[in-house]
Amino acid sequence: MGQMKRFFGTRWGIISVGAFIGVFAPLLQKLGNPGNMGVCVACFERDIAGALGLHRAGVVQYMRPEIIGFVLGALIAAYAFREFRPRAGSAPIVRFVLGAFAMIGALVFLGCPWRAMLRLTGGDWNAILGLLGLVGGIWIGTLFLKAGYNLGRSEKTYASVGWLMPLIMLGFLILLLMFPQVKGEPKSGILFYSMKGPGAMHAPIAVSLIVGLSIGFLAQRSRFCTMGAFRDLILFRIAYLFYGVLALIVFAFLTNLIVGQFHPGFAKQPVAHTMHLWNFGGMVLAGLAFCLAGGCPGRQLFLAGEGDGDAAIFVLGMIVGAAFAHNLGLASSPKGVGPHGIAAVIIGLLVWLR
Amino acid sequence: MTEIVDASGLSCPQPVLMTLNKIKALNKGEIEVFVDTDTSKENVSRAAQSQGWEVADVTESGGGYKILIKKE
Repeated sequence: MGQMKRFFGTRWGIISVGAFIGVFAPLLQKLGNPGNMGVCVACFERDIAGALGLHRAGVVQYMRPEIIGFVLGALIAAYAFREFRPRAGSAPIVRFVLGAFAMIGALVFLGCPWRAMLRLTGGDWNAILGLLGLVGGIWIGTLFLKAGYNLGRSEKTYASVGWLMPLIMLGFLILLLMFPQVKGEPKSGILFYSMKGPGAMHAPIAVSLIVGLSIGFLAQRSRFCTMGAFRDLILFRIAYLFYGVLALIVFAFLTNLIVGQFHPGFAKQPVAHTMHLWNFGGMVLAGLAFCLAGGCPGRQLFLAGEGDGDAAIFVLGMIVGAAFAHNLGLASSPKGVGPHGIAAVIIGLLVWLR
Repeated sequence: MTEIVDASGLSCPQPVLMTLNKIKALNKGEIEVFVDTDTSKENVSRAAQSQGWEVADVTESGGGYKILIKKE
């Protein structure tokens, strides 16, 4: 146990975790998940918001087991290694709003940092603009950090508080098992399902859940974070997390190549648009929000799993942000940005840069 | 004299940022850093070592950790 604990803190530890995600995300796509979306934290939380009816965009409604697995896998790892530390109280309202704007930005680009990398390795060159935006947003965030920005201290709290997000996810899992998809029906019990579009595309529940649990476990151990990777490099010249991201990209590219999912180009990419400025701008907003909140959307789920109530608030902010994004026409579609997406990105950036 | 950096309750990347600022200000000596998660413990240790400081001792303290780093 001690040896395993040490291994994940090493360069080879984080590389192996990045490689694991890099192999299994494209395989989830092969098994049914949407194009270049083997894993996408933002998209999948948006689908969960749809499954619950928080927004009614018919093509993106599914209770994604990967997200449930991320939180519960991290919970299991945290308990196994005695790292479950219930804590809360560090600027929750700010974290909630950061989560909402992170989601709005990500849905203008159509993907979180995880999916930006998966899109790149599937040959979707629009992702280059998204990744540049991500790094730009994180860079702006590091200026805030250097100027003394922080969200204040959290306090230790009751174990039950730390359990809230894992319990919510357990509840989601129970709903998914109680109300499974009925072929040809848009609704099963209280859950909404998509008849077409990305929400209708998914790997078998058991596979999604097991891969999600595994990634949650491994990422909790190694602290894998797609935002921290760039932030630590820019701010401290520390490359530890960056090796994880690099491994993800290399292994996802190789896996896509092997299973025939590499289709290079800008046009006609799955769940993507070619409005370069807004692919860039959306991710500037998201990158900044992730940086100010201290973790990428995946990392926020893993932290929520190890008892961090503030990360849990950020997750809820993202889910609500997804509902806003689709209800108010802020989210993009393969046709381009939504009617009010550009305004949302500009307002979001002004809020944080004021 | 041992300098103190109290980063308890603060999340990434504050503990590392505060430790590195202190390291830059002191150049050498002893610093006790208080953090409350394993992640922060690892990050602070890694950052200190990257600056040529030695992690001399890590003890549990109030549900978190006290990390003693030093450079001669």
